[in-house]
Amino acid sequence: MRALYFAWVRERVGKAEEEIAPPENIKTVGELMGWLSGQGENYAAAFANIKTMRAAIDRTHVKHDALIGTAREIAFFPPMTGG
Amino acid sequence: MAGGGESSFFLEIWYKAVSPRIVVRVQKESFDAAAEAAALTQSRRDIGALVTFTGLCRDEAGRLEALEIEHYPGMAEEEIKRVALAAASRWPLEGIIAIHRYGLIRPGEPIVLVVTASAHRGEAFAAASFLMDYLKTEAPFWKKQHLSGGEAGDWVEAKTEDDAAAQKWRG
Repeated sequence: MRALYFAWVRERVGKAEEEIAPPENIKTVGELMGWLSGQGENYAAAFANIKTMRAAIDRTHVKHDALIGTAREIAFFPPMTGG
Repeated sequence: MAGGGESSFFLEIWYKAVSPRIVVRVQKESFDAAAEAAALTQSRRDIGALVTFTGLCRDEAGRLEALEIEHYPGMAEEEIKRVALAAASRWPLEGIIAIHRYGLIRPGEPIVLVVTASAHRGEAFAAASFLMDYLKTEAPFWKKQHLSGGEAGDWVEAKTEDDAAAQKWRG
């Protein structure tokens, strides 16, 4: 699955996107963020405050309890500040 | 299923008949608000109200060199379209334009344009306000400040009053 990072999440992780392969017991978006936070210091910094973070599966906003299922693209980002 | 196909065909005709003209663009270059709005009412005799809102890059402390706007390509357009369709289903609109820029934008330059056209002003004002409230909280854009003198600035933080503004339409 493709992981995309935006804004300060991208800066802290140190890349805009990558291929990730979480273990099978990771079922939800929230669990995936928890797993990512353990993948190194940069990920720990990016996912330090998971509660406030937003996610999208295949370009649709999802909540943290959403199932990853067969997602092709999952994006992580801070609350949006456009307009 | 033939039956299902037929009904969706008629639904499509009905949709085309009642839906307003919707223009959504996510672009790096600037825009001409007056020209965009004029295109919406050109050769129309049934539009009585045209609301045009332009959001500009502003410098509050006299230190902002520019805002850098990052977006999620693909999803940004889709989210704005979704919000525009929601506005179209809520108010009787004749046209909607929503343009959002990305990249480096300097104070005084336009960032976002929302234009709504309807028979009467109430619907056009409400829909424009609804579109802006939802664009700010749902469309995947993020602003980073670039300060004068080359100093690195912070990412703009989301405001709770923006969430509250979007929330009021759900009531």
